[in-house]
Amino acid sequence: MKSLLKRLGLEGRTVVTAIPYLWLLLFFLIPFVIVLKISFSTSQIAMPPYEPLLHWTGDKVMQIKLNLGNFAFLVEDDLYWRAYLNSIKVAAVSTILCLLIGYPMAYAMARSNPSTRNILLLLVALPFFTSFLLRVYAWIGILKNNGFINNALISLGLIDQPIQMLQTDFAVYIGIVYSYLPFMIMPLYANLEKMDLTLLEAAADLGSRPWQGFLKITLPLSKPGIIAGCLLVFIPAVGEFVIPSLLGDPGMLMIGKVLWTEFFNNRDWPVASAVAIALLLFLVIPIMFLDRAQNAEPEEGGRK
Amino acid sequence: MNHGRPWFRMTSLFLGFAFLYIPVMLLVIYSFNNSRLVTVWGGFSTRWYGELLRNEQILNAAWLSVEVAAISASLAVALGTVAGLVLARFGPFKGRTLLSGLTTAPLVMPEVITGLSLLLLFVTMEQVIGWPAGRGMTTIVISHITLTMAYVTVIVQSRLAQMDDSLEEAAMDLGARPLKVFFLITLPIIAPALMSGWLLAFTLSLDDLVITSFVAGPGSSTLPMVIFSKVRLGVSPDINALATILVAVVAVGVVVAGYTMTRQQKQKERDAQMALAANQQMIESVKKG
Repeated sequence: MKSLLKRLGLEGRTVVTAIPYLWLLLFFLIPFVIVLKISFSTSQIAMPPYEPLLHWTGDKVMQIKLNLGNFAFLVEDDLYWRAYLNSIKVAAVSTILCLLIGYPMAYAMARSNPSTRNILLLLVALPFFTSFLLRVYAWIGILKNNGFINNALISLGLIDQPIQMLQTDFAVYIGIVYSYLPFMIMPLYANLEKMDLTLLEAAADLGSRPWQGFLKITLPLSKPGIIAGCLLVFIPAVGEFVIPSLLGDPGMLMIGKVLWTEFFNNRDWPVASAVAIALLLFLVIPIMFLDRAQNAEPEEGGRK
Repeated sequence: MNHGRPWFRMTSLFLGFAFLYIPVMLLVIYSFNNSRLVTVWGGFSTRWYGELLRNEQILNAAWLSVEVAAISASLAVALGTVAGLVLARFGPFKGRTLLSGLTTAPLVMPEVITGLSLLLLFVTMEQVIGWPAGRGMTTIVISHITLTMAYVTVIVQSRLAQMDDSLEEAAMDLGARPLKVFFLITLPIIAPALMSGWLLAFTLSLDDLVITSFVAGPGSSTLPMVIFSKVRLGVSPDINALATILVAVVAVGVVVAGYTMTRQQKQKERDAQMALAANQQMIESVKKG
């Protein structure tokens, strides 16, 4: 076996590297090329429901038919624009809310005793292991018109009529913040825990107040954690489908829902592909930032 | 070590964890509710559990989901470990940036995009090479492996980055081949990380709705797909019962895993102390003799 590989000019390392590499190329990278290809094709009623791009028209002549119509359609129909912009708005607001809730939690965790720290970390990680779908479902019972909150407010006599909370943007924000909060806390905690506390002591000795120390030392030093946490929440939230369809108004425009509808209800695969490509182009830059932020950290830690 | 205000830290922790845990607790409590109205208490009962166990559709879907999750978690751990090892130990090589990008991207990629692209890949492959014929368990498993191996890779890579590689080097110096070093030294040390990677991959696979909906054929509905179609119509008490069972399984799993890991840790410390004591004794007996 070994000599056979050697004879083929392959080192053990190359073979080992090739295994995950080939898997990811085949099942993650190449699919995007196919999506790109199909986004340029024309929809037709058949299975699969799109026309091939390449045509052999006899005599070794290959005809390529590029249909830019799907993208033109995206630009012309303002439904798509509104959906993209609304998704970005919802994702951005949710990210900021996650940061505002997650930062104090991560800070408090990082500054507690090492023994409680591990328990708190486990408590933050535990939701990862419970069903996302069922955790979103839990909010339906809390927010609906005869749900827990409205029932409690009515029995306390604070309101007469139930407040409409389910099927509003408010419910979607709650759902996203609730589901993605652990993704914000984890990188923030990892960053804050590593911080050198003597810097704060030095600042205090030199007469700075605690809030000055926080603003001038802790906050700037935790920037990598903030960036990683925000990207981990923002990128998946832009394309979120489950939360807006369970908690949001049926008419709420989110790009993940639009893509789903184009694909499953309208069966228009080329337009769905074009929607996906446009979304991907928008997300490529934040994803590259995230990859850089994530790869910078473990290496620094390892070299110390 | 008293920076900031303790009451502020305590309050933010308390409110934060209340936000994270109260919804799940309500779900569990009201699964024992006798009333069909999920949010109005009508006395204690376990009738929804009985109803759940008689629901053929949910049971079949649950079985399919568990099968898919077990297979894809195991393969994802194998592939993810190799990827993590390559990224953490092989140093810089041509194409490393692409590989690390390919392992990070599935973590954050909106699932609608991943699902659509995988489906189009399977359709194209079927046209070109005739495999996979139709969609079903195979296509679901392949998609879940691709999604979950990214999580395993991150876990393994960070574990290896923390791990001291002098043990591996020592074994190499003593003449062990790389393959032997991996199976005898590296693998036992990172085993806890692989265990948590497997659990995470298993739960993610068990839970995935969006990607699965794209790549599942008409005949194969997983548990999340059945739940989603039920939940769209509103709350229903047997879903609460199902959620409680899942939460209980996870809680037991985490407690058992935590317990075994602490015990292993304590055992290791005890072994180290015993070795130290034995060493001391030997030195003393040598001095005496």
